[in-house]
Amino acid sequence: MSLFKIFDIAGSAMSAQSARLSTTASNLANANTVAGSAATAYRSRQPVFQTVMSTSEGMDPSSAGVRVAGIVESTAEPAKVQEPGNPLADENGYIYMSNVNPVDELVNMISASRSYQNSVEVLSTSKELLLRTLSIGQ
Amino acid sequence: MALDIYKQFDLHTRALGIANQRLELLADNVANADTPQYKARDIDFRTAMQSAGSLDGDLPMATTRTGHLQAGGAGPNTTTPLYRVPDQPSLDGNTVDSQKENAAIAETSVRYQASLTFISSNIRGLRDAITGGR
Repeated sequence: MSLFKIFDIAGSAMSAQSARLSTTASNLANANTVAGSAATAYRSRQPVFQTVMSTSEGMDPSSAGVRVAGIVESTAEPAKVQEPGNPLADENGYIYMSNVNPVDELVNMISASRSYQNSVEVLSTSKELLLRTLSIGQ
Repeated sequence: MALDIYKQFDLHTRALGIANQRLELLADNVANADTPQYKARDIDFRTAMQSAGSLDGDLPMATTRTGHLQAGGAGPNTTTPLYRVPDQPSLDGNTVDSQKENAAIAETSVRYQASLTFISSNIRGLRDAITGGR
């Protein structure tokens, strides 16, 4: 019964979206983190989604859900701020802010939560159909 | 008379299979709504039903010897999905339209439930015929 496969698909989407939500949370939490050098400054992290392709015997390749292929760090330069009083400041008195853009992150968060809700909707629809199929002929 | 009932079963079972396949594709589309370069896929219910209905054969069985029986294949119970033409292009090359997918899922789910209802009432009819309505 391939309605069960929909559970897998929707489940994979939900876990991918929650990975996206957690990177967003991590980015927002570190939005104001400062560091003593550009190399150690916090860089915003984004998950990369990828379709999971499955080939069932003798049929066209059908995709089955989505997975997080990896997490990439933003390459944007962290902002340099002159703040000699900060204990983390380097010899020139600069500290390095994280390169997180809170607006981007919030938009990402809303998008992820909408997608998550869509998947939950799909899941509950197919669950309902499955239960109705079970009660066939009664 | 009884044969008609079996034919009805056949039709609606096929419809269930196609609705099932379509739901799976749509679930896939929703799952990949944020995947770059993902192309949304769907099947056309009408053509799927027609191709499933032609019992005499998209895929006839191969006969290699004289004794072999000629058998018309019903074909696999799946239809080749087609790619959807997007209404508006997106920067990441993704062609999933969440609204469309949700509408299609609602529609397919209603079709599925309609087929279930038909099958149920067929079973009830058969049972009535067996028990004489008692």
